[in-house]
Amino acid sequence: MEYIVEMENIRKEFPGIVANDNISLGLKKGEILALLGENGAGKSTLMSILFGLYKPDSGQIRVRGSDVSITNPNQANDLGIGMVHQHFKLVHNFTVTENIILGMEPKQGLTLNLRDASKKIKELSEKYRLNVDPDAVIENVSVGMQQRVEILKMLYRDAEVLIFDEPTAVLTPQEIQELIKIMKDLKAEGKSIILITHKLKEIKAAADRCTVIRKGKFIGTVNVAEKTEAEMAEMMVGRKVSFSVDKKEQEPGEKVLELQNLSVMSNHKGILGLRDFSVDVKQGEILGIAGVDGNGQTELVEALTGLRKTESGRILLNGKDISSSTIRERILSGIAHIPEDRQKRGLVLDYSVEENMILEIYNKEPYSKNYILNREAIRKHADKIIKDFDVRTGEGAVTPVRSLSGGNQQKAIVGREVDHNPDLLIAVQPTRGLDVGSIEYIHRRLVEQRDNGKAVLLVSLELDEVLDLSDRIAIINNGELIGMVKASETDEKEVGLMMTGIRKGEQS
Amino acid sequence: MWAIISQIFPYAMAFTAPLLITSLGGLFSEKSGVVNIGLEGLMVIGSFSSALVISTFQPIYPEGAIWLGLIAAMAAGILFSLLHAFASINLNANQVISGTAINMIAGALTVFIARNLTGSGNIHIMSGLTRFNVPLLSSIPVIGKLFFSQTYMSTWLILLILFVSRFVIYKTAFGLRLRACGDHPHAADAAGVNVYVIRYIGVMLSGAFAGLGGAAILVTYSGEFNGSVAGLGFLALASLIFGQWKPLGILGATFFFGFATTVANVSQAVPALAAIPPVLLKTFPYIVTLIALIIFSKSSQAPKAAGEPFDHGKK
Amino acid sequence: MKTTVNKQVIIGLISVVLGLLAGALLMLITGNNPFEGYNYLFRGGLMNIERIGNTLATATPLIFTGLSVAFAFKTGLFNIGASGQMLFGGLCATAVGLSFDMPRFILLAAMILAAMIGGGLWALIPGFLKARFNVHEVVATIMMNWISYWVIYYTVPAFFKGEFLETESRNLPAAASLKAPWLTNLFDGSFINYGLFLAVIAVILIEIILNRTILGFELKAAGYNRFSAEYAGMNVNRNIILSMVIAGALAGVGGATFYIGYASNIQIGVLPSLGFDGIAVALLGSNAPYGVFISALFFGILHSGKGFMNAMTSIPPEIGDTIIATIIYFAATSVLIEKGVNAVKAKLSGMKNKEQESVPAEGGR
Repeated sequence: MEYIVEMENIRKEFPGIVANDNISLGLKKGEILALLGENGAGKSTLMSILFGLYKPDSGQIRVRGSDVSITNPNQANDLGIGMVHQHFKLVHNFTVTENIILGMEPKQGLTLNLRDASKKIKELSEKYRLNVDPDAVIENVSVGMQQRVEILKMLYRDAEVLIFDEPTAVLTPQEIQELIKIMKDLKAEGKSIILITHKLKEIKAAADRCTVIRKGKFIGTVNVAEKTEAEMAEMMVGRKVSFSVDKKEQEPGEKVLELQNLSVMSNHKGILGLRDFSVDVKQGEILGIAGVDGNGQTELVEALTGLRKTESGRILLNGKDISSSTIRERILSGIAHIPEDRQKRGLVLDYSVEENMILEIYNKEPYSKNYILNREAIRKHADKIIKDFDVRTGEGAVTPVRSLSGGNQQKAIVGREVDHNPDLLIAVQPTRGLDVGSIEYIHRRLVEQRDNGKAVLLVSLELDEVLDLSDRIAIINNGELIGMVKASETDEKEVGLMMTGIRKGEQS
Repeated sequence: MWAIISQIFPYAMAFTAPLLITSLGGLFSEKSGVVNIGLEGLMVIGSFSSALVISTFQPIYPEGAIWLGLIAAMAAGILFSLLHAFASINLNANQVISGTAINMIAGALTVFIARNLTGSGNIHIMSGLTRFNVPLLSSIPVIGKLFFSQTYMSTWLILLILFVSRFVIYKTAFGLRLRACGDHPHAADAAGVNVYVIRYIGVMLSGAFAGLGGAAILVTYSGEFNGSVAGLGFLALASLIFGQWKPLGILGATFFFGFATTVANVSQAVPALAAIPPVLLKTFPYIVTLIALIIFSKSSQAPKAAGEPFDHGKK
Repeated sequence: MKTTVNKQVIIGLISVVLGLLAGALLMLITGNNPFEGYNYLFRGGLMNIERIGNTLATATPLIFTGLSVAFAFKTGLFNIGASGQMLFGGLCATAVGLSFDMPRFILLAAMILAAMIGGGLWALIPGFLKARFNVHEVVATIMMNWISYWVIYYTVPAFFKGEFLETESRNLPAAASLKAPWLTNLFDGSFINYGLFLAVIAVILIEIILNRTILGFELKAAGYNRFSAEYAGMNVNRNIILSMVIAGALAGVGGATFYIGYASNIQIGVLPSLGFDGIAVALLGSNAPYGVFISALFFGILHSGKGFMNAMTSIPPEIGDTIIATIIYFAATSVLIEKGVNAVKAKLSGMKNKEQESVPAEGGR
């Protein structure tokens, strides 16, 4: 079969790092090709080069057999290449139609011709069974629908080659099934698809072939049908990986955290983001919260840590009601928090490592006395965490945190929070965007907390992570507790269904 | 009361026009994603260059000199706004600092040049625009007296620009792109829109309109350039917020400020108003703006990406 | 750490040079000799002890407004309202000075305190609006500037009317002035006054607060990243208000040093440009207290020398303001300068590397 896109010996260097080191990739017409690699392996860079966002230092790109140089997204569009970005590129207060026509607006005299565009979009939507309303405003539609708008945007531009960048990160297991079906439909219509992902299951379910890259280098291209998930994982990481976590059975102790009928407002006016939510976390256990993004996890975590006020209900920590305590008081009474977004919440990027390590305790002795900071004690504290948690820094404690890699930033946060010796550790998306080595390390540290008799609340969008680490799993949907299962007695399918709001008894 | 209102109205209209056009300029800039705090300075530039051109040409070409002056003001405003555009769009400079620099450069540079020319730093023009009653319309009862009597041509020009702008922003492809750049520049970029070009156009329009605003002050009620527009540029910025970044909202906000300021200016001559302490009347627009800021803080219609630098490389 | 400080200094110096070049260009265009112009400008600021005294006196309020802007900036706030704060602070100080008859030391202390409170109050409003309603402080402080302008415009003639002019307040008695005979005599009758000492104390105090105390740690954390400051349990809203109040108090004292030190009365109908110059001072001093001190002295020279230059040549005094404004623009666009500096550095190190190429490479980095 002929290749529609060929990338040969692509090399791209950024200051201090070779993002793509002679990578080659060929996409056949009418196939789904997976591009597999760890976070930071260079997948996005390679696709950004194909889409004209970056210019390669060397290498060749051929589309339909002829050499091309793609210097901006417009050229990519003209060549029939379209991309669904991981973070959707949609204007929140525009309608679906306005978003789709942006950049190639149909005109009628001086004015926009929205009516014709809307008609064409409706037809496309029906043809590919995307079920999109052209007149809906983006901020009012679901994430899944927004993704389908992005797909329509490509189809509207007559794209032949469709690039999906980590498309399933924001979807429910059921929405993922739908997306895979849509991709197969598109393939049947003759479109060629590149699927960027690090999830092996999806590759197995959707892709024909798979190109694997590791640390910027090309590893190989395989037929998906001929390889097992474990084999592809080994290609991706470079060694055998077991994704299961070693964890001894142990009997949990006293209740550390108890939520009683907790209700919390969401960001939207007048709507509860968390409703009547009751769970508890005991000493020596990891309680996982499973759910699709935006189903109340943020509200739950922020209410627990004091970043958001509770509407009703109680939060008991070691039996004491803390629901109206300040953030500082909660930290002092034994809650530690590994936040969802390490750069937005967890760290002050312009501060050094040592300053970040005292972010919550700077006003306590020995780090300060009579309002004056004690540099020496601060340095010693940071050095200890750097050593204990294997944080790789350029210049030690005075290194600006900004210059650390994502994995080391996260290790520093985990180190800081664990160092507080908390009774309850709240870990939110603790391994997002990290390489497998850092993921394993952080998983071990979380289990260690549990083994030491601490309570751990794990909130993650990665269902596998929740299933692997947790002792018990609470499933959250639309702000409500759908059910509680033991990790040893459930599987992905059951939890996945519950994540869509179907309670245990209702499953057929 | 009616007599007072019908007397004040033409002044209020005259006072509103420069504020309106400048605020409209700010709207284009912010809709494209660039906050332009330099409107005040751009108005000064407009006032200065129109004064310069008009005072030069009035002796030789009396009928057209004023219109030449308005054109010169717009051109100078555009040129000067390029400084802000370059800093904000190409260099990702802090837009507030760049705008402040524009204000300071404008204030100092124009007076510097004016002093070189006139010695005093002020530039007079021989005469400004003459007021006129709009034929037919001015004889409509009530409305005619309020809106169509004793008007300036520049006011009608500015109102025309307002409605054209509204059409451009909401009905044309350019408007769609403009709004996209202010709300989600990366979406516009991915759709193949050149964000840099759109933002340049937005800032240049703000320069042209603010320049025209400064000139409108000169040719209507001031008649003299003196190195300042007394904070009107900032009031225009406030009108933008007060009008919630919508053309008609801005019309309402600027008219409100225009009316309030006129009332404050004439209060001493009107017995009914003389009882109110003048300091209250003078500070009224600013206090109202602060209150409006509080009210709108929850549901601001500000372009989401206004003030944020756009970097093509970043995703 | 050290390299970044050096880089800031280099960028600052280049901005100054570019600003001066722009000024020279303007002088040339208007048919003047820039060498002559700058000669008189700098001599006007420095040529004798009296003029040096005047330069220091001019720089004093600039140190305060510069510190005010810089301090707020460190907390992530843009205080564009230093003008209004210094005006209101100055009014409070003047009001106390004209209304009370107390022993000199107590009177002066009360006046300074009044200025601090006045300036602080004026900044409290935008600070509170920011913290409570997330109202952008830039617009709020601009509105406060104009409110201040009109309040002074009506208050001064109503309560403190001058003997001759409606547009200014009565002159302060000698006891209520920051000027001291011994200082005036020491500097040959210049305007220099106790304000300078206050400014030096303020610089040191702010330096300590920002870099050595837990308050500074909290304020900077909130400035760099409000969300992580919140996460860490700091009271961000309180800190925003506190930071604005401190910034306002600094500007207020700056107003005092201007109206009861440099001048002897307060004028109406003028929004003092020193507040906006403070932005330039802070920017050029890269928001560090010592940097603010030095750049304020430099601007002091420009301001106090421009009159002399105007008297000796036909160059209008606004050249000084133009140069300052241009320097702000160059400081704002420092990215360009930084790129240039980096390019030069890269070239220099490239040359170095070439020299080293003959030596066998050992380990690299």
